[in-house]
Amino acid sequence: MIVIGAGIIGASCAYHSIRAGLSVLVLDRSGVASGTSGAGEGNILVSDKPPGAELDLALLSARRWSELADELHAEDPTTDIEFDAKGGLVVAPDERSLAALHQQADAQRSAGVTAQPLTTAEVATHEPNLTPQIAGGVRYPQDAQTQPMLATAQLLRSARRHGARIRLGTTVTGLLRGSSGRITGVRTDRGDLFAGAVVNAAGPWAGQIATLADSPLPIEPRRGFVLVTEPLPRMIRHKVYAASYVAAVASDQAALAVSPVIEGTRSGTVLIGSSRERVGFDRTVSPDVLGVLARNAISLFPFLRDVAALRTYVGFRPLCTDHLPVLGPDPRAPGLLHACGHEGAGVGLAAGTGTLIAEALTGTEPSLDMAPFHAGRFVGSQGVNREVQP
Amino acid sequence: MSTPARPPGNFEITVDGEPVPARRGQSLAAALFASGRASWRRTRGDGRPRGLFCGIGVCFDCLATVNGIPNVRVCLAEAQPGDTIHTQEGTGHDARGC
Repeated sequence: MIVIGAGIIGASCAYHSIRAGLSVLVLDRSGVASGTSGAGEGNILVSDKPPGAELDLALLSARRWSELADELHAEDPTTDIEFDAKGGLVVAPDERSLAALHQQADAQRSAGVTAQPLTTAEVATHEPNLTPQIAGGVRYPQDAQTQPMLATAQLLRSARRHGARIRLGTTVTGLLRGSSGRITGVRTDRGDLFAGAVVNAAGPWAGQIATLADSPLPIEPRRGFVLVTEPLPRMIRHKVYAASYVAAVASDQAALAVSPVIEGTRSGTVLIGSSRERVGFDRTVSPDVLGVLARNAISLFPFLRDVAALRTYVGFRPLCTDHLPVLGPDPRAPGLLHACGHEGAGVGLAAGTGTLIAEALTGTEPSLDMAPFHAGRFVGSQGVNREVQP
Repeated sequence: MSTPARPPGNFEITVDGEPVPARRGQSLAAALFASGRASWRRTRGDGRPRGLFCGIGVCFDCLATVNGIPNVRVCLAEAQPGDTIHTQEGTGHDARGC
């Protein structure tokens, strides 16, 4: 099989497929984790998803991530992906948003999520540096974090140890079809490569790969900025975000949506997000957006007022316009499987995605009902990829 | 930071309580280096010594606490009369952790 994309999704597909006995070649036009995987925070979240197929995938994935951290460490004790089962904390600024947050937590509990309602005083014991100007919160112990570039690299390193090959700097320019119409490989700028199956794990560029296979998918880039502070001692224990974040993720608006998401890292820096804009692949830094991120962060953690921000980075979440990933075989292109459209949850959903793709390739009973993620829902779709060509 | 008046040609700054000579237009890093100091910070992980590396504000190695503000890149800070520098252990914010 050929995996297009050496990001976290492609790496997990390669890792799980090689262990399932497949022969694996990973291609990337650039480097490991050089796109979206290298521009995020490494969130592994169940807290931000309402009950449904994506939450089921998130729960499967959260379990698999914890196992993966152990598997990688057992294989090579020097391997560290900075996996941290730190838990998430969602805070509500007022009684109205707290009621909505509790309602969502109740629904999530019935789907298998652990969600602990906290009073303002209880929140303060969990996050001593958080503003007391909140109505309350909900703690989600299943939320976790990993360092996404390390995780991508270590999954690929392990896959390579088991026989996978990785070719970087190789651009896919076309998909090859046999006389039966089946996808038989890829055309690249370095020649044709043949395989029994091709997995599209091209992140925000997955729509372009789908178009090369005449099987369009509505995958669009959704831009986000992250502000990085100077390293600090531990000041923030959880991934902390405002209840408005869930609405921002689910939103369909193209205009800027901002919702505070703040967390520490092993190295001591604090990562401050989040912004969402549909502006194509425009990497222009927006000081206005960064200003809003900083103000929102200070409103949650007042100590940040006296902390320096060192740098910022920008990335593009691969948004599938119906807000669900596209996973598994494409009925329009036999031999092509998709593993894309994870929006801002790709790191978190990668472990489950790789598991499901390996199961699909080997004909194993899937760990989850794949129907909601099926590419067949876009049969007849024109895609949206006109605007994303650089 | 504002510079109220043009500093005199030669003046003193203080490094961990010791007077160190400095010249107008000199960076704090240059003054530290000229006084024979090669390092003025210890890393937050292993406590390794750090001083001037890139010298142009990119690498964040030359951090020190200047006039009470931690993590100042002294290669970019122009010396001013009376500047007080403290060598820095760890993040410079270590008292604040929880």
